[in-house]
Amino acid sequence: MLLEWLTEARWSPYVVGAGIGVLSWFTLLVSGKPLGCSTTFARMAGMLERLVRGRRALEKAYYREYPPTVDWQFMLVMGMVIGAFISARLSGSFQLRLVPETWLAGFGPSGALRVGAAFAGGVLMGFGSRWADGCTSGHGISGAMQLAVSSWISAICFFIGGVIAAYLLFGLLG
Amino acid sequence: MRRAQGDLVWGLVFGILFGFLLQKGGVTSYDVIIGQLLLTDWTVVKIMLSAVAVGMVGIHLFRQLGWLRFAVKPGSWGRNAVGGLIFGVGFALLGYCPGTIAGAIGAGALDALAGGLAGIVLGAALLAAVYPRIRDGILQWGDFGDLTLPRLVGGHEWLVIVPAVTLIVLLLALLERAGW
Repeated sequence: MLLEWLTEARWSPYVVGAGIGVLSWFTLLVSGKPLGCSTTFARMAGMLERLVRGRRALEKAYYREYPPTVDWQFMLVMGMVIGAFISARLSGSFQLRLVPETWLAGFGPSGALRVGAAFAGGVLMGFGSRWADGCTSGHGISGAMQLAVSSWISAICFFIGGVIAAYLLFGLLG
Repeated sequence: MRRAQGDLVWGLVFGILFGFLLQKGGVTSYDVIIGQLLLTDWTVVKIMLSAVAVGMVGIHLFRQLGWLRFAVKPGSWGRNAVGGLIFGVGFALLGYCPGTIAGAIGAGALDALAGGLAGIVLGAALLAAVYPRIRDGILQWGDFGDLTLPRLVGGHEWLVIVPAVTLIVLLLALLERAGW
């Protein structure tokens, strides 16, 4: 029974959502930290800059505020890779795939085009998430449940920007 | 030192659970996320709103009991609206967000690993590079500090939580009713 449940490909979005809600009680109760991800990518950037430019990189104001160290959230993000892998393997949905279906239907099978778009989108997302001081989890879930005004504005703008850009992308080019 | 290591282990454990849930929800998939942005698949909104509703009730209750403290992020229009819109454009091109991309990599998405991950790290480095020039400028425009909705409307927090949860439940019921 339990095993069957764990091997299902998809759970109800409400079960998953409620589960994430309960999980966020426990991250605050146990670790005193809200769920969030994007700071980790800033720390990774700092680690890479330190590799390339040495300790001078750490003098940057941003890396003084967010030192390039492995912290709680960094481990959270690493854990997410593992957790998703376990879930995908249990249900047999793990699949190495370069070009997703919807992209394929709109823009064809070129892997280089898809990776280029993902890279460009990633640059904007990395830049925008650090500009906004949070992402879909830090603002969209954790901040929204704390009823933070900064998080509600951010989350609404993520989707306004995302919906408009997706329609332009798939409507005009796809 | 011990305490710090314990923190890291908990981070990993919570991450495994979070990634597991995201993958089971389908939101580590490009098709599901882009479907939300094209308004053809409402899974992302359903998961986020139910997480926010369940989370909101619990964390406010536990805070009143003195069991936990909040970590409200201060903000401004220049920071959150401008940054949010830039994020949104990236969201549409990439089709993952900083959290779901970690899950997508775990589930085998090579576009997330080969393109998206490098892009996000570079984007964060670019922000770090321009940060001294925007910190005291655009990031301060329309600053409102660590304002919360209960303080904004000047009411007791449960006078915001109860209507907010009710609205979320109604909205989700409407989505289901519409067959979305």
